[in-house]
Amino acid sequence: MPLSTESQTDNDQYILIASLDNARNLSNILKAISLKDHAIFNATQNGLKVTVEDSKCLQANAFIQTDIFQEYIIKEDAVGFQVNLTVLLDCLTIFGGSTVPGVCTALKMCYNGYGHPLTLFLEEGGVVTVCKINTQEPEEPIDFDFCSTNVTNKVILQSDSLKEAFSELDMTSEVLQITMSPSHPYFRLSTFGNSGNAHYDYPKDSDMMELFQCTKTQTNRYKMSLLKPSTKALALSCKVSVRTDVRGFLSLQYLVRNDDGQICFVEYYCCPDEEAEEE
Amino acid sequence: MDCVATGGNVKVLAKAIHSLSRIGEELYLEPVEDGLALRSVNSSRSAFACFLLSPLFFQRYQTPSDQSFRCKMPIKSVQSVFKSLSSLERSVEKCRIQFNNEKSRLTITLHCKHGLLKTHNLSFQDCESLQAVFDKDSCANMLQAQSRLMVDTVLHFPPSLEEVNLSVSNDRVWLRNHIEDDADSSRAMMTELCLSSDEFDQFAVNTQTSITFCLKELRGLLVFAESSGLPVSIYFDEPGSPVILSVTDSVLEANFVLATLSEDSHPKNHVNANTKHLQAEQMTDDFMCDDMDSVLIAMETSELPGPSHVPSSSSPPHNTNNRKHPASEDEEEEEQEEALIERPPNKKFCSLFFGSVLLASSQLTNQTIQNQEVLASDSDNEDQTES
Repeated sequence: MPLSTESQTDNDQYILIASLDNARNLSNILKAISLKDHAIFNATQNGLKVTVEDSKCLQANAFIQTDIFQEYIIKEDAVGFQVNLTVLLDCLTIFGGSTVPGVCTALKMCYNGYGHPLTLFLEEGGVVTVCKINTQEPEEPIDFDFCSTNVTNKVILQSDSLKEAFSELDMTSEVLQITMSPSHPYFRLSTFGNSGNAHYDYPKDSDMMELFQCTKTQTNRYKMSLLKPSTKALALSCKVSVRTDVRGFLSLQYLVRNDDGQICFVEYYCCPDEEAEEE
Repeated sequence: MDCVATGGNVKVLAKAIHSLSRIGEELYLEPVEDGLALRSVNSSRSAFACFLLSPLFFQRYQTPSDQSFRCKMPIKSVQSVFKSLSSLERSVEKCRIQFNNEKSRLTITLHCKHGLLKTHNLSFQDCESLQAVFDKDSCANMLQAQSRLMVDTVLHFPPSLEEVNLSVSNDRVWLRNHIEDDADSSRAMMTELCLSSDEFDQFAVNTQTSITFCLKELRGLLVFAESSGLPVSIYFDEPGSPVILSVTDSVLEANFVLATLSEDSHPKNHVNANTKHLQAEQMTDDFMCDDMDSVLIAMETSELPGPSHVPSSSSPPHNTNNRKHPASEDEEEEEQEEALIERPPNKKFCSLFFGSVLLASSQLTNQTIQNQEVLASDSDNEDQTES
C-alpha cells in the first residue's frame, strides 16, 4: 500500500522510486545472489538488475523487471549505486520472517542520486520503519562476454532433479566438473573428493530434461566454492538452463517464481578453473 | 563382485550402514557365499556389529570368483552415498555395488527416477576379515521383544547414558542405569525399569544374572529394528560374556555384539593371553587385545588362511571370568598379565567377549606356535617373537 507519510515534493527529488506490496518479492531474489556483502544496483526503464561478484571469476545477477513493482519511477536512463547487500537484506526483513498469510511487509525504495543513501520505507501492520543505507560508487560489473552465438552446449532442466544433486555434492572436492555432450554421458556433474569420485548423469531423454542442445563434447571444471552458493538460487527456481561457450565459461540461468507467481530471473556466470586447464 | 538391490531394500541397506556408523568409523565389506557382510567395530574393540544380507536380499548377487575380496573404507564415505533416506525412498529404484578391478574402486551406482544415474567410485583399503567370535546358542539366556518395547524402554534413559544394567530373574527383567562405584551418590540419579516376562515374545532364562553393557552402541540397532518392524533378540550369559543383540528376517541378519562388564571389575581383566591362541582359529584382525599397538600390528601382519570359524558350544561357557584359564600353558601368560600396569577404567570393557571362548589345550599348543610371529603385544612377554 502506498505510504502516505511522504509529501509530493519529497517524491520529486528521488530519481528512482520502486514500490512493492510484498517486500519478499525482492528479498527472496536477493538472497539467491547473496554470496558477498556488496551488490551493484543498476536500474533502467526495464527494471532492476542487482549484481554480486566473487574473485573476478563468478558473477551473480538478479533481474526484477518493472512489472513486478507496484510502482516504478525512474528519472534517468540508468541509475547505479552499490550497497551492502547484507544490510539491505536485514532491512527488508526487519519485521522478521512472518509467514502469516495476508501479512507482508510493504516496501518503497527511494534513491536521490549520487552521494545520497538508499532510503527504504517498510511497513507492516501499521508500523513504519525508515532505513537509510549508505551507497558507494558502483563498480563496473565484469562483462563475461557470454553471448548466445558462442554457446556450444545448452540444456534446460527442471530444478528438482538438480536440487538433489547439488545438496549431495561432495564438498571435499575442490572442483565441480561439468561434462556436456551430444553422446553419453550427455550431462554429467562430477566431484573428486577425499573418499573417491562421484558422477551424476542426466540422460538427454530424461523427463526432467526440457531442452537438450549439445553440439560438442565439453568437460570443464569450476571451483566448488564459487558454484556452491548457486544452490540458493536453485532452491528458489523451478527451471534452470545450463550453457557453456567455446571458452568453457558457464552460464546458469534460473527461472524463479515469486510469491505472486510472477517470473524473475537469476543468472550465474562462472569462469572455468584455470589450474585444471593447464593439466 | 556385483550386487544389485532394488526398491525398498535400498533403504534397508542405507539404514544398515547408518546403523553401523554408530559403532565404528570404518565399514568392513566382505561378500561371501552366505551373503554380503557389512561389519564395523569400535575403537576399543568392545562393540562389534555385523549385517549379513543374504543373496535373496538382492536382485542379483555375484561374489568374486576368487572368494577373497574384502575391503574396508571410512564409513562416512559410504554414508554420504546414502545421505538422505527420504530421497532414497522417493527416487532410487536400484542400487548396484561392484568391485572395479582395474581402478581398484568400489563402485556404488544408484539408478534413480527420471533416468538420473548417480555413480560413486570409492577408494578402499584391503583388510583382513573382521569377525568376532560369538555363539548365540551357547548363551544361557535369551529374550525376544518387539523393537517398540525396546525403544520405549530405552527412552527412559538419558541419551548421554553410557552403561546400562540388565538383570533377569525367572519371571522379570530389570533395566537400570549403571553407576560407577566411585560416583558421587548424592548427585547420581538411579532409574530402574521392571518388565515382566509376558512383555517379551520369548523369555528363556536359565541363569539368573545381571550384565552391564554400553547402551550408546546399541541404539543404532534399535533404530534399525524399529524402522524394519522386526523383533530384537537378546542373548546373554554371565557378566564378562558378550551380549548379542540380533535382528533377523528371511533375508538379513544383524548381530550387535557388545562386551559386558566382568564381575571382577579389576582393570586388568582382559584376555591378552587367550587372544593369541584364538587368532589362528579366527584369522581375524586381533581386536581382542587390550593393547592398541599390538592390535594394529596384528592387523597389518596377520595372514592366516582358513574359513572363519565359530567355536562349538562345547567350549565351557562358565569360564567367563577372564582371570580363569583352563590350560596350564596359560599360567605363564597369567603371570605376565599380573605384571601389566593398570589400565584406565574404560578398558574394563575391552575385548571381554572372548572370555567365553576357550580352546582345548592341544589346539592351543599348535596355534601358539603359529601365532608367535604375528603378535607383538606386551614388551614384558619375552617368549613372543616380535613380528
